[in-house]
Amino acid sequence: MSTIAKTLDLKGLSCPLPIVKTAQAVKELASGDLVEALATDPGSVADFNAWCKGTGNELVEQSEADGVYRFVIKKK
Amino acid sequence: MAVQEAALEIPVHEHEEHAHKKLVIIAWSGDLDKVWPQMILATTGAALGMQTTIFFTFWGLFSLVKNEKHITGENWMQKMVAMMDRPGMEHLKLGKMNFVGAGPAMMKKLAKDHNVASPGELLQMAVDMGVKLVPCQMTMDLLGLKREDMIDGLGEPVGATAMLMEAQDAITLFI
Repeated sequence: MSTIAKTLDLKGLSCPLPIVKTAQAVKELASGDLVEALATDPGSVADFNAWCKGTGNELVEQSEADGVYRFVIKKK
Repeated sequence: MAVQEAALEIPVHEHEEHAHKKLVIIAWSGDLDKVWPQMILATTGAALGMQTTIFFTFWGLFSLVKNEKHITGENWMQKMVAMMDRPGMEHLKLGKMNFVGAGPAMMKKLAKDHNVASPGELLQMAVDMGVKLVPCQMTMDLLGLKREDMIDGLGEPVGATAMLMEAQDAITLFI
């Protein structure tokens, strides 16, 4: 498995910041790079799925542990 | 543990070519509780890769006036409007429960406690992400707003026709 190019700590942030900050970070990466996003906003589960569908980036992993949602996204 | 599939049906097109690629927000209100969603949706549209434009008209223009500007307008009526309703993103009132400023102060405190970005912060992010901010020429004239009264980074003022043409193939929101 490829390594994570960047980890975004989005814990504590509310809508729309987790997605806005992820979009800004992904812009700086190269195609195929993996970014890991850690969020505590329960709405981010639906939002990260929707954002990936809408932008064509791939949500390769999602999980939850102790109230922290972890998303791994592969840049288109 | 795996996250359950979100319960909400998310209306996102499976095929990207079918998804809307443009978002036009007609920002007509200058109430804090409407300017906030204007800014949330604009930044989110940009995050989704949508070509996003906000057309600021009527009271919506007041959130683009520099915060340090007290009175805008050229004649006494235009000045009176600005006196009764001070422009600037930091001075917006709530549409409901304003209570002479106590309502907005409480909302801002709650937002800070919940790590919700302020409308001013979101506006800056919108600019950084390439959202176009377009003032309405007619309302600028009506309210006596001059370019130097307003923040930097705005597009050229336009009229309703230019805005409707921009909105032709876009999702359009009137907030």
